[in-house]
Amino acid sequence: MSLFALLGALEQGLVYGIMVLGVYLTFRILDFPDLTVDGSLPLGAAVSAVCITSGMHPALSLLAAMGAGFVAGMVTGLLNTKLGILHLLASILTMTALYSINIRIMGGPNVSLLGVDTVLDPLMRAGLPGYYASPLLFAALAGAVVLALIWFLYTELGQAMLATGDNRQMITSQGVDTHKVIIFGVGLSNALVALAGGLIAQNQGAADVNMGVGTIVAGLASVIVGETVFGNRSLPRAVVAAIVGSIIYRVAIALALGLKVGSFTFTPSDLNLITALLVVVALTAPRLKKRLRKC
Amino acid sequence: MKRLSILTVLALAACLTATAAWAKTYTVSVNQFVEHPALDAVLKGLQDSLKEQGFEVKYNVHNAQANMATANQIAQAIAGEKPDMVVAIATPSAQACAQIIKKAPHMAQVPLLFSAVTDPKGAGLVDDLQAPGANISGVSDMTPVDRHLEMIMEIMPGLTDLGVVYNSGEANSKTLVGMLREACQAKGVTLHEASVAKTADAYQATKSLAGRAQAVYVPTDNTVIAALESLVKVCEQNKMPLFAADVDSVPRGAVAALGFDYYLHGKQTGAMAGRIFGGAAVAETPVEFQQGMSLHLNLPAAAAQGANIPEAVRAKADKVVE
Repeated sequence: MSLFALLGALEQGLVYGIMVLGVYLTFRILDFPDLTVDGSLPLGAAVSAVCITSGMHPALSLLAAMGAGFVAGMVTGLLNTKLGILHLLASILTMTALYSINIRIMGGPNVSLLGVDTVLDPLMRAGLPGYYASPLLFAALAGAVVLALIWFLYTELGQAMLATGDNRQMITSQGVDTHKVIIFGVGLSNALVALAGGLIAQNQGAADVNMGVGTIVAGLASVIVGETVFGNRSLPRAVVAAIVGSIIYRVAIALALGLKVGSFTFTPSDLNLITALLVVVALTAPRLKKRLRKC
Repeated sequence: MKRLSILTVLALAACLTATAAWAKTYTVSVNQFVEHPALDAVLKGLQDSLKEQGFEVKYNVHNAQANMATANQIAQAIAGEKPDMVVAIATPSAQACAQIIKKAPHMAQVPLLFSAVTDPKGAGLVDDLQAPGANISGVSDMTPVDRHLEMIMEIMPGLTDLGVVYNSGEANSKTLVGMLREACQAKGVTLHEASVAKTADAYQATKSLAGRAQAVYVPTDNTVIAALESLVKVCEQNKMPLFAADVDSVPRGAVAALGFDYYLHGKQTGAMAGRIFGGAAVAETPVEFQQGMSLHLNLPAAAAQGANIPEAVRAKADKVVE
């Protein structure tokens, strides 16, 4: 793997890592399987791209993207809590609606950001080559989100969120309104996903309505791989594991892209299979280790 | 003795560089968005064309499996391969490769050719089709929608209402339907649009056109073409002849299509690549559009869908399904 491919995997792992933190929040903390993310990632991209092309500062456009993502998540939360729709279905409904909404926002399925100033340009103008600028910026942002999330989870609201996911009856009996907690939690999660979407669009040079396909798969795989490799013994460790998992997932893809074993070369169509196999290996490694120790 | 070996080495090195000068092996890195008969044909056409021109080329072929994040990672992997040329097949891959130029400045020196991109200007790849300016050019598969409409009107001279089925989420379809709208306006034809979000919607969307449209047209839309059989069924039931923009849809049940071959599209891209290897400046190489259209007809489908194909059209056809 070349340096560029490695830096590329790191960059993708970090920027998608912000999305994975959102998935971690709903999937592990709130115990709420949320498929809204397949729609809120392109939503963030769409809002950020449209704001930038209409003259807004690229950094401010990310706040707008987060706001839109928060609202999208709240809709899923409201459908679930106030209308009593099953969480999985509620999130599928929001995701489906977002497809049309995203096309409305962009006025078409794709908005190009090639040749437009993005959050990365100030760094590049300062003399940092782009292939270092994006992983550095995304590392700083992912780090900031990790710290903020750990801090948040120790606040009263964060603890209420943890308790809502663990034992909803118990926390309700203590007078906490779990509906509010769920609506806020799913909103916060999708705000992070939309932030990732906005950054991804600025990084790859286009927002596209189809860019969210498979977000939840990548998100869940990253959360699980991260937990397996890095562990989840404490809350801060579990949060960091989400980012680590995201990086491992993207490095696995980069490896699969350039894999050659002896005279046997993989064809490009084997990529999905190889990625799946690498995830399976990560998942089974701890169990294998345990069994080997017993022998 | 020592001096002799040094001389030998020097002589050998001179020989090697001399051979390299007249038989250079070029490295071409390919970023293809998805595996798909048309896009695979583009790659085959490119490779065959460069071989016919006598270039020795080593290919690094990557396929993003329709995933934009992967297309982006491929672009970065290509930056590490330091090829002599990058070929990007389909719009998302082309955008990913164009963006990498900004991040890895050494890639600005490497020509980037795109292929199978419908709207290179709308996608932000080039500012000017005639003089791309940057180190990016290529071949566009923009279909001549106005000529398609002319073909339909040649078969159905009394056409006043045309239906179109497409996915509003596909950038190429949106552009094409916009062009169709203008072409219809110019000819005094009312256009009825039915939009789908996924393949499963195609049946119902086509049904919604029954009673309103006299004929149905499908642009080069990946979603709808995947569900072509359900359109054929509705069109037979309602005697609305179905017309397509790609010739591959004709044996599947479209009455007629005036389209092009993606293999030839790839060959055209290969010809452009050859000129660039020969020293042409990419910045001054205009974006090309597909040449050479072919007309395919399906007579049993015409009978089933109630279309009368005039003798004059039949005489022009390049291929007829009897």
